[in-house]
Amino acid sequence: MTRRSTRNRLTADTALAVVLVAFGLPLAWVVLSSLDADANLRVKWPAHATFGNFDAVLTPDITFTPLLNSLILCGGATALTVACAALAAYPLSRYRSRLNNPYLTTILFATCLPITAVMVPVYALFVQVNLIDTMAGTIYFFAASQLPFAIWLMKNFMDGVPKELEEAAWTDGAGTFQSLIRIVLPLMGPGIAVVTVFCFAMMWGNFFVPFMLLLSPDQMPASVSINDFFGNRGTVVYGQLAAFSIIYSTPVILLYVLVSRRFGGGFALGGAVKG
Amino acid sequence: MLRALPLAPATIVMALFLAGPIAYCVYIAFTDLQLTGQASSSFVGFDNFRTAFHDAAFLNAVKLTLVFTFLSSIVGQNTLGLALAALMKRASKPVRTVTGAVVVTAWVLPEVVAGFLLYAFFRREGTLNAILDWLGLPSQNWLFTLPILAVSFANVWRGTAFSMLVYSAALDEIPAEITEAAEVDGANAWQRLWHVTLPMIRRSIGTNLMLNTLQTLSVFGLIWVMTRGGPSNHSQTLPLFMYEQAFQKSMIGYGTAVALLLLVVGSLFSVVYMRLLRSEP
Repeated sequence: MTRRSTRNRLTADTALAVVLVAFGLPLAWVVLSSLDADANLRVKWPAHATFGNFDAVLTPDITFTPLLNSLILCGGATALTVACAALAAYPLSRYRSRLNNPYLTTILFATCLPITAVMVPVYALFVQVNLIDTMAGTIYFFAASQLPFAIWLMKNFMDGVPKELEEAAWTDGAGTFQSLIRIVLPLMGPGIAVVTVFCFAMMWGNFFVPFMLLLSPDQMPASVSINDFFGNRGTVVYGQLAAFSIIYSTPVILLYVLVSRRFGGGFALGGAVKG
Repeated sequence: MLRALPLAPATIVMALFLAGPIAYCVYIAFTDLQLTGQASSSFVGFDNFRTAFHDAAFLNAVKLTLVFTFLSSIVGQNTLGLALAALMKRASKPVRTVTGAVVVTAWVLPEVVAGFLLYAFFRREGTLNAILDWLGLPSQNWLFTLPILAVSFANVWRGTAFSMLVYSAALDEIPAEITEAAEVDGANAWQRLWHVTLPMIRRSIGTNLMLNTLQTLSVFGLIWVMTRGGPSNHSQTLPLFMYEQAFQKSMIGYGTAVALLLLVVGSLFSVVYMRLLRSEP
């Protein structure tokens, strides 16, 4: 029995090690190349390790402006999404109404729609109402595309907050809005953190939406500006591209680590997949 | 009525910026709207759809979308995700932790970064060919000879973590007694997988397949970064075809018709997904 389970473990370890190498090589490339003065497309140990690539890309033009744009876009859209979703989840979670079921069904349906497909009409629409190439328009669309999932998740988290505490607050004369702000939201801190991080990460990495809706270079977020490494700069400096990729990816990785440390791995999936 | 008031902000944002474009999509798919040149557009009925079904490039995009979805989502992400989840349960802790972290990192990375990493991996001068050289195997220009395979692999690399997490959660919920009982009755590993494990997690399989497929249907950035849909349309899935028609060829009406078809397919998957959730106890 024990010998068999040891053999089982060895087999599993070997299989996972193969997967680890296959998944790890591209990641190894980006880390090693960012530190390599003469990086190319292969994974190799840097002959001359250097932070020169980071120095080279840490300029307003290449890094700071795009990251600031990303921050404005994703921060703005996340704030809008979380605020709207928290408000919307309250009546859906607390009151019984004939509207609830159709509303939730529609939300769940919209959660699954391929947003890529609506980008062409969104572009055409935005041209007509002068929202094209505006941060505001992009933020609104980002928020609209995240809202169905955010409301769904938020409602599930809110269902977990016991109603008795609110009833006590009502007896003490608190209104609906007060009890939402003072009682319910503080109690669902982890839920709000999950929704916030999830929305932010989804938008931070999104390429197609800003690629379509924003035109002027000075408004481009990092997800689009990264393309410049290939375009007008002539030959691609792979070390710098790798360094920029790492800088650009770090915020979402940190957020993910933070949230999954505190609230367990695979954080948003309980709500997302099980409905 | 007042009680429904908190729903207003979210509903307004979604109505204006999500439902609006979808409704507009349905409308312009039936017009010959163009980006430049033409001042006005006119109603053309089902012309765009008829054109699509006679357009070799469109049919090619449909075929490639099917290949891409089948290879990367159904075979790749789903099966590999399940295998990883099952292996993790038996593996030793350090191997499990490191592998899990690496697979999840690939998932958390921004789409474009993932695209670049896999572009570097598959390029002629890239890591894959370096390994093949080292093993004495013939190398080739993967992004040129087998672009759809390369982008499918990239999507597996990027998306498997999701399935892995879903299946890890599902496997944890299977009571140990049931598997043990099957083992005592003399069932081997395959029999246990086929007759015990898979039936018990079938709902997770259903929902995971739906979500993977929907996700894969709308992949744009990853393919755009790696191949731009090329060489000569050999990795042009529907979203890239839609983009090319609408913006590079300025035929918004036609591009939108393609988008509408994509939306319809997505909606069908959506409905099936909701059915699966409904049937949960």
